[in-house]
Amino acid sequence: MKKHTLTLNVDNQPGVLARIVGLISGRGYNIETLNVGPTQNPEVSRMTMQVPGDDRVLEQVTRQLAKLVDVRSVIDLTKRNFVNRELLLIKVAAPRECRSEIIELVGLFDGKIIAVHNAEMVLQVAGDKDKLHALLALLEPMGILDLVRTGVIAIENESCNRGADDE
Amino acid sequence: MRTGAQCIIDGLQQAGVDRIFGIPGGTVLDIFALLYHAPVGFVLARHEQGAVHMADGYARASGKTGACIVTSGPGATNAVTGLATANMDGVPLVCIAGQVPSSMIGNDAFQEADTTGITRGITKHNYLVRDVDDLPRVMCEAFRLASEGKPGPVLIDVPKDIQRAQTDVVCDGKTGIRGAKPLPDCNPGIEALADALNRARKPVLFVGGGVIAGDASAELLAVAHKARIPVTTTLMGLGAFPETDPLSLRMLGMHGSVAANRAVSACDLLVSVGARFDDRVTGKIDEFAPHAVIAHIDIDPSAISKSVAVRIPVVGHVKTVLTRLLERLEPVTQREWINEIAAWQEAYPFSYEVENGKLASQYVVESIYHATRGAATIVTDVGQHQMWAAHHYKYTQPRSFISSGGLGTMGFGLPAAIGAQFACPDRTVVLIAGDGSIQMNFQELVVAVEHRLPINVVVLNNGHLGMVRQWQEMFYSREYSATRLGQGERGKNERIVPGDKDVYLPDFVKLAEAHGAAAMRVHTPDALPSALRDAIATDGPVLVECMVKPDENVYPMVPPGASLTEMVHSMA
Repeated sequence: MKKHTLTLNVDNQPGVLARIVGLISGRGYNIETLNVGPTQNPEVSRMTMQVPGDDRVLEQVTRQLAKLVDVRSVIDLTKRNFVNRELLLIKVAAPRECRSEIIELVGLFDGKIIAVHNAEMVLQVAGDKDKLHALLALLEPMGILDLVRTGVIAIENESCNRGADDE
Repeated sequence: MRTGAQCIIDGLQQAGVDRIFGIPGGTVLDIFALLYHAPVGFVLARHEQGAVHMADGYARASGKTGACIVTSGPGATNAVTGLATANMDGVPLVCIAGQVPSSMIGNDAFQEADTTGITRGITKHNYLVRDVDDLPRVMCEAFRLASEGKPGPVLIDVPKDIQRAQTDVVCDGKTGIRGAKPLPDCNPGIEALADALNRARKPVLFVGGGVIAGDASAELLAVAHKARIPVTTTLMGLGAFPETDPLSLRMLGMHGSVAANRAVSACDLLVSVGARFDDRVTGKIDEFAPHAVIAHIDIDPSAISKSVAVRIPVVGHVKTVLTRLLERLEPVTQREWINEIAAWQEAYPFSYEVENGKLASQYVVESIYHATRGAATIVTDVGQHQMWAAHHYKYTQPRSFISSGGLGTMGFGLPAAIGAQFACPDRTVVLIAGDGSIQMNFQELVVAVEHRLPINVVVLNNGHLGMVRQWQEMFYSREYSATRLGQGERGKNERIVPGDKDVYLPDFVKLAEAHGAAAMRVHTPDALPSALRDAIATDGPVLVECMVKPDENVYPMVPPGASLTEMVHSMA
């Protein structure tokens, strides 16, 4: 099933997240990743989510979302030119003999080492899905102790008109 | 300075509410203290579901926004079915719910429920008011939201402390809603639709409740007549187009007319006017209107292509769209297609078998049609009687047929009839109910008695949950599991005290009398016309129990999952 990346501007109000998530889960669809954060306008939050599903159903879900009173705009980025990034924090086992290999890998992937302990390291890496997937595959044999992902955030490449609703 | 409770009363008055339905309770006492003196009429229901259905019936009959008020916890959860019913049929309602004090929310306080959580998916929008300063705006917004665009129910959950708190904020009519997006004034779809209609040889207008909600019956009639386009309606669309008009194909769908279903299946252009392609209408979706270009006029963009792919979408107010369309239509005087359809109409009217001396449900509905000269407001419950009410009464005016279409809520009828009679005190209101359905909210009959509402309650008593029984007969090898309401021949797993096999419980005549209503029982066709005349002439509610055949089925029927061309007319 195709993965759709939806980006929403919503009112920064209690209950909004529940309303949006409820609309999607109530139709039996799984939200694979979800990210919510403030925008430059304190009354508006930006939400990015990835939902696998066929085009027709997602088209319907998008329109239903647009109908919600708290939703200012919804765009299915999948049909547009957009970039997405996700941030990973990974705790890996790092005995002395592996450290240099890990440091090398992190460097190759434009990551950072943000903490080093006796036998562990905490890494920070950002990127798109393929890049993160590749890094995780390389780290796997060394032992991933813990892993946290922010969920994908996405932005349209060219500036687009999100409509008068955003004002 | 006003209290929150005062803001609610003022908000109701500002919205023009002249009557509100509900039941008091601990968390709405402050509002009731003010209602006692307010010029807003209050109707005390006996169950919150009844209160919401009353407000719903009031809204459907009048076109105004209905209002109801319930307490927290069980009051709110009892209202759930009513809200879901209104939501499915796009009925404008505002429901005020009491909530435990803000400081106790989430503590499992007495009569606490997460009302906004529970009603989120069954309302158009809901609010939990956390600050009394927001309340004046929320009241304004709620009434606007309920009636704007595709109408629907809006719930406002108000904690008790917010009702008692003071504010000097007033609503200046400005609301924070962007929801009401201006609809395109010049809609490119109209041109395309007009072209398609001018070219079509076999067009059909497929009309839903949107035409009634959008007050566009006159425009619809003009369009149909100008281009001689036959019209079929959904259950929700009954009354939007006069069924006495030769262009009327009557209802389509699972229990639609042969003419309507054949016309839809053979047409080359199908124009949905405020209808949402419900599964009970389309039958097998892949074979719905297989030869047609499909056009859809709707106020709700999310209704377009929801289940059926639409070639010509027109999003807008149906009244405006039809007016613009009319200007662009070329007049048609002769259409071969009309003759083709007339042959079907002639050959397959809604009909039934007459058995000598036996009372048929369809005959009862026909008799109501004659007794009221087709000018009554008919309210129904849900089941076989609902379909017979659709078949054997011809609706000629919008808002004259009131029924739970989308959710199919048994128990809707009696409270909705009460609401409808309040909205239209001068109209004859007839509730056509089944013996199963009416038991689900019978307690509301006292409300009709208290207010001396001249509602005519006709119970078609066939001793069964008839529609389910019909499905068991047709599709479940005639095993009548749990569908008999009489005492005899109950299912094997049901424990019934042995005794008088013919006893039917309850005795509806006694039950109605116990509620203070007049009642009579009719066993034969001969006795019916005078019984109906008497009932209609009586001041105050009358229940007429009609002892109808126990095993009658609704025909024609498109079996579930079949295409509209596969209609069953009788059991083989």
